[in-house]
Amino acid sequence: MSRVLMKGNDAIGAGAIAVNCRYYYGYPITPQNEIGEYMARELPRAGGVFIQAESEVAAINMVYGTSATGARVMTSSSGPGISLKMEGISYIAAAELPCVIANIMRGGPGLGNIAPSQSDYFQATKGGGHGDYRLIVLAPSSVQEIYDFTRIAFYLADKYRNPAVILGDGFLGQMMEVVEILDSEADDDYATGPEKPWATTGCEGREKNVINTLLMEPDQLEAHNWKLNRKYRQIAENEKRVVMYRTEDAEILVVSFGIAARISREAVDMARSEGIKAGLIRPITLWPFPDHAFNDLDSVKGILTVEMNTGQMLEDVRLSVNGRVPVEFYGRTGGNLPDSKDVLEEIKKIGGV
Amino acid sequence: MAVKAKVKIFREKCKGCGLCVKFCPRGILELDKKINIQGYNPAIVIDEDKCSGCGFCFLVCPDVGIEVEKLEEGSK
Amino acid sequence: MSTVLKKTRSLEDAALHYCPGCSHGVVHRLVGEAIDEMDLREQTVGIAPVGCSVFLDAYFDFDIIQAAHGRAPAVATGVKRALPDRFVFTYQGDGDLASIGMGELVHAAARGERITIIFINNTNYGMTGGQMAPTTLENQVTTTTPEGREARLSGYPIRVPELLCSLQGAVYLSRVSVHNPKNINKAKKSIKKAFQVQRDGLGFSLVEILSVCPTNWRMNPVQSIQWLEENMIEVYPLGELKTVQGVS
Repeated sequence: MSRVLMKGNDAIGAGAIAVNCRYYYGYPITPQNEIGEYMARELPRAGGVFIQAESEVAAINMVYGTSATGARVMTSSSGPGISLKMEGISYIAAAELPCVIANIMRGGPGLGNIAPSQSDYFQATKGGGHGDYRLIVLAPSSVQEIYDFTRIAFYLADKYRNPAVILGDGFLGQMMEVVEILDSEADDDYATGPEKPWATTGCEGREKNVINTLLMEPDQLEAHNWKLNRKYRQIAENEKRVVMYRTEDAEILVVSFGIAARISREAVDMARSEGIKAGLIRPITLWPFPDHAFNDLDSVKGILTVEMNTGQMLEDVRLSVNGRVPVEFYGRTGGNLPDSKDVLEEIKKIGGV
Repeated sequence: MAVKAKVKIFREKCKGCGLCVKFCPRGILELDKKINIQGYNPAIVIDEDKCSGCGFCFLVCPDVGIEVEKLEEGSK
Repeated sequence: MSTVLKKTRSLEDAALHYCPGCSHGVVHRLVGEAIDEMDLREQTVGIAPVGCSVFLDAYFDFDIIQAAHGRAPAVATGVKRALPDRFVFTYQGDGDLASIGMGELVHAAARGERITIIFINNTNYGMTGGQMAPTTLENQVTTTTPEGREARLSGYPIRVPELLCSLQGAVYLSRVSVHNPKNINKAKKSIKKAFQVQRDGLGFSLVEILSVCPTNWRMNPVQSIQWLEENMIEVYPLGELKTVQGVS
């Protein structure tokens, strides 16, 4: 195990290379340019291929092509670029191809700004692209988690033949923290993926393989959609991840992800030191959403969702809570981060303090 | 150096486009008045003895619907 | 001694769904024959984007990836970079290649991606019923230029190989036609040359193939052949726009 000081964006590249991703295609967009630059330096050294594509659209289609050959491949962007990728992402999901997409969120909608936000939650978890598909979405809240979740993302993408998203933000992407890295690939459970007999590699020695997503017969397309649906239900059964912090006896639950969760956690600690029984639910998988974390709300008086948007994960929290307990919202957006003191005030309002 | 050649048209694949008829230099193809299973008037060979085996019909057919076998003199 | 002209190995037995007289059938055969004559079938990955030929996988017996509209050169890049020793080609229509896909086309050529593009130019969007394409001729009637294409409003047709000539990475650019046996034979030679350019690792190759679209041109197949000859060749001159020495 080594300890390395690393920037969030770089940790994505490092994590990807650690688990044998050898192909990266991307396009410059702030605040994630370091990812492409890291890959431009490191991938050729690792015997891989880096292409700065002509657009985010081209990049996602290159990802589709490489993924079809069975290799681990990724791209990265920020909101506007992820929007451009949506058709390609729908194709990749429909074709059941694995890949990893990192979205380092910035202010939106439109050109927005280059400061951090969490306003692509809907885009990541509710579609964005057309058709009935889902993406596995992981939300790190530290550089260590960025590194680890990137590795896990490749593993999950291969396991389920589905795209996986690392949903970061400009703050996480730019900050630097110490990361513990495995010294040898042999120690890494996520380094090797499964065999891919379906890949299009040239049909020598076998029948031809076809990667397509057009099924003109309604019965065929319906069957395919239900097949995808069964897969998503399997992912939902097996892969929900969440961190529960001081929730055992909590009366007020704060729900938060990513960088906002670090701020919320500080607010929870501040509340506790003032005698308020607050706790934090921090979803790691935004899809599948860890609704099971909300099973036991017997002692809970109120829930506060804290996000850097105008209320997106809020809807999934409300769905999970299903009316049992009031769910309130506190958000900052446009590049502003919530202040833990302000979150504490909101916690107190819920607690009637 | 008599060349014998045989033209085989896959009747049910033919869409009656007429290109083989147009390009046959010997004029031995025409469209049948009777339709095939798809409802097209397929090409038929009306005078196989005149076929030179040039293969033009094979070249222009958009449906891989024609085979041309060219036999040199003295072979079976 | 007998020779038989018949369906080549790489073509499936499936009946083609294309319209009567459509050039796709001829070009599919030429591509299949070139691949078989050069013993490429088991190394081939074909990319089939949106257009009438999106169903390519039904007609060829080798690995095929279906691509989104316009994106085949990017998908092909992704395949070829991962599998540099395989033979990768795209099969694109004029709307796909020169309209929505123009960016991907130019950049794959600029990067000198060692892929081959088979470009079917029939001056309209066939699959969707005959709308104007970047290659529609001036004054040509299409469903979105019902009075005939007027340059003042809809611009001029694009000559793709000429456009790509200035790109160093593009090493073989040609235009052929399949409107009669002589040109069909020339087309096949050009296709094989383009394939050889890829096998020799020299760079990007593209063959534009002037084709007919009887249905959307509102003509019968024989009339459409004549229309191509009389109207398209003067706008889209045949020949090798750019070539390399030492490849034949």
